[in-house]
Amino acid sequence: MAENNKYVLANGRVIDPISGTDSEKEIGVSDGRIVDPSTIPDAERVDISGCVAAPGFIDLHTHLRQPGNTDAETITTATTAAAAGGFTSIVAMPNTSPVADNAGTLEYIRKHANEEGVVNVFLCASLTKDLKGEEMTSIGSLKQFGVVALTDDGRCVQNHELMRHIMEYASSFDLPVFDHCEDDVLAGDGVMHEGHWSTLLGLRGIPAASEELMVARDLILAEMTDTRVHIQHISSAGSVRQVREARKRGVKVTAEATPHHISLTDENLKSFDSNFKMKPPLMSEEHRQTIIEGLADGTIEAIATDHAPHTKTSKLVEFDYAPFGIVGLETAFPVCFTELVESKRLTLPELVAKFTTGPAGILGVEAGTLTEGAMADITIFSPEAKHVVDSSKFHSKSTNTPFDGREFRGKIMGTIVKGNPVFSENLSVLATL
Amino acid sequence: MSITWTKKDLLSLYDLDAAEIKLILDTAAEFKKVSERRVKKVPALRGKTVVNLFVEPSTRTRTSFELAEQRLSADIININAASSSLKKGETLLDTVKNIEALQVDIVVMRHSAAGAHNFLAPRLSCGIVNAGDGSHSHPTQALLDIFTIIEKKGGVEGLNVTILGDILHSRVARSNIWGLLKLGAKVTLGGPSTLVPKEFEKLGIRVCDNLEEAVSDADVVNLLRIQHERQKTSFFPSTSEYANIFGLNEKTIKYVKKDAMIMHPGPINRGIELASSIADGPRSVILEQVTNGLAVRMAVLYLVAGSLDKAPS
Repeated sequence: MAENNKYVLANGRVIDPISGTDSEKEIGVSDGRIVDPSTIPDAERVDISGCVAAPGFIDLHTHLRQPGNTDAETITTATTAAAAGGFTSIVAMPNTSPVADNAGTLEYIRKHANEEGVVNVFLCASLTKDLKGEEMTSIGSLKQFGVVALTDDGRCVQNHELMRHIMEYASSFDLPVFDHCEDDVLAGDGVMHEGHWSTLLGLRGIPAASEELMVARDLILAEMTDTRVHIQHISSAGSVRQVREARKRGVKVTAEATPHHISLTDENLKSFDSNFKMKPPLMSEEHRQTIIEGLADGTIEAIATDHAPHTKTSKLVEFDYAPFGIVGLETAFPVCFTELVESKRLTLPELVAKFTTGPAGILGVEAGTLTEGAMADITIFSPEAKHVVDSSKFHSKSTNTPFDGREFRGKIMGTIVKGNPVFSENLSVLATL
Repeated sequence: MSITWTKKDLLSLYDLDAAEIKLILDTAAEFKKVSERRVKKVPALRGKTVVNLFVEPSTRTRTSFELAEQRLSADIININAASSSLKKGETLLDTVKNIEALQVDIVVMRHSAAGAHNFLAPRLSCGIVNAGDGSHSHPTQALLDIFTIIEKKGGVEGLNVTILGDILHSRVARSNIWGLLKLGAKVTLGGPSTLVPKEFEKLGIRVCDNLEEAVSDADVVNLLRIQHERQKTSFFPSTSEYANIFGLNEKTIKYVKKDAMIMHPGPINRGIELASSIADGPRSVILEQVTNGLAVRMAVLYLVAGSLDKAPS
C-alpha cells in the first residue's frame, strides 16, 4: 500500500457515465475516496496508459453459496472472483442454506463479508420465508437491517395475491422487488428452452411463455401497486417487449440481462454439456438479438452475472440431473465487451454504464461513479488485450463455465475497492501500491 | 467396400453420413444370412467383452442385443440399474469407468436421460453403443426400420414415409427422421398437434394433424406407441379419442395405399394406435422388424469392435 494511501491514476482513459466523461485525465485517490489530483501533488503516480479507468463494476446477481454450500463457493472465493472480474460490489442472492430470510442469517453473511470479503457485499433478503412462496418475510425489519432489495431468486412466487401484497408492503419501505420470472407449471421439469434444438435433442423444453407470463404478472401488479419491480436475468424477446412497453406507460420496472444470454444460444446444447444448463435457459438467436436490442435502447439497464457456482461432481452427470447455473464473475466483462462493443452494438461508455450506473440506479445506492468525494471503487481494464478463459485459474471455487478455452477481447487489469487494490493483472505498478 | 467404419461409438444417426448408414445396412445384410444358417454363430467378437448396461428397463432391445452378442461369440455381462451401484448413489460416469477398468470393449447402454451417451463417450476409451436415451435417440431401432423398408421396397430414396403418434417424446422418431432424411426419403409426421412439434418443418419434414392427409400418399406407415401417462398430462383427452381420431383401424385403414407397409417398434397397444387386424394383417412387417433387429445389432457391434481394434492403443 502506498504511503498514507494517496495516489494518482495517470495516463489512462477515464469513462464515468454519470458525468458523461470519456477522456484522458487523472484520478486522485486519497483515504479511500476520489479526489481532485491537484490536491495531492506529492502522491505517487500510477501509470495506467493503454487502459480505461471506470467506476467499480456492480453485480446485481451473485450466489455466494455461504452458508450452506461451501463446497461450491465461499464468501472469500466469491468476492475474490468478483475482484478478478472487475466487480467492486456484488449483491448476494438470499437462496443460501439456511435461506437469508431473517436477520440472523443476514448478520452471518455480513460478518463474513466484512471480515473476509475483498469487495463490497450488498445484502438481499428473500420475499418469502424459506423461499416457499407462502408467507412474506419481515420486510420492514429487514429493511432496517440494511437489505437493498428483495428476491426469491431461483424460485418465483406463484401465488399472485401474495405477490400483490408483497409488492404493496415492500413499496412502503422503498425496497425494490427483484423477480426470477418463471411459471412453475409451464416450466414443468424442462431442462432447456423449448424450440428447434429441444425438438431435435429430445430434451424437455421450457417455453418462453413460462418467463413471459410472470413478467406480465409482475408488470400488472407493479402498476397496480405503484411498486419498483426488477426483472432478473431477462431472457425472452417477449419479456423485453413487455418491459419496454410498460416503461413507456410509467411502470417502475427495470431489468438485467446476463452475459450468457447475450452471447450463447440453445444450439450450444447439442454438446449435452451441463455447463450450458441454467435458468432461464439459453434461448434462440432471435431472443438473443432482442436482448441485445433491449440493452442498446435502454430497456435493460444492467448486466448481471447470475454467478451460480456448482461443484464439478454435481455438474459431471447426465444433463437431466445436473443443477441449473453457471459461474460468471470472471468472464462477464470480456464476454460482454466482445459481444457488445467489438460487434458495435453498444459504445464502450454505454457498456460501462450497464456495469455501473445501471445497477447502482436499480439499487438506489451511492456507487458506480468517479465523482470527487465518492468511494474510490475503480475498475481498470484494457479494451485491447485478449483474454483467454482458463477455468483452472479461476479464483472462484467452481469452474462451471461454458466459456472455458474461448478467447475474448477486453481484460480486467486492476480492481480497487475503497482505494485499496484488490486485484491486479500484469499491472505491476498497481501491484506495488 | 470403399468406406470403412472409424467411430468407436454409435450415439445417434445425426452423427452419421449416408455412406456410414449404408455401410451398417450392408453389413447387416451379410449378418442376416448368418442368422438363416443352421449354425448361427460366428467368431467375429471372440475374446471381446460386451457389457449391457440397462439403466432404464427393456426387454426386447436388451434381448436382441444379448442375442446379437452371443451370435458374435462375445463374452457378455448384463447389468440392470435396479441391482447396480447406481442405486447406491454412484454416478453414471463412475459406474462406467469401473466397467471400463475391467478391460471391457463395448458398453451397450440404455438410459432414461437424453444425451447420457453423448456425455459418456468422449470420457471413455471403450466403445459406447446407444440402446436408447430418453427422448433423444435409438439408432439401432431406426437402422432396423430402414433395413426392413429397403428389404421390402428395394430402397428408401424418394419413398414417402409417415411416422404417426407421440413424436414429441419419441427417440424412435428422432432416429428414424435422421436416417430417412439422409437416405433421401420424404418424411411426414402425424398425430395430435400437442405431440407433433411444428419445429420439424424446418428440416423439410411435413407435419400433419390430420390422419388422412398424413397417410394417404405413404409408402410406409410407422406407428409409435402411445403412452397412457401422456393423457394425464393433458396432451390428448383420452385413449379412446386417440384411437378414434389418430389410430389406424378398420375405418381409417382405407386412407392407406394398398401396397403400403405397416410398421411398429413395439410394444403395441392393440386397439389404441393400431387395430389387431392390421397389426396381424398382410401389410404388417412388425415381426420382421424384430428379426432384422438382430442382424442390425450384430453389424453395429461388429463395426464398432473393428474400429476399436484399429485405434492406436
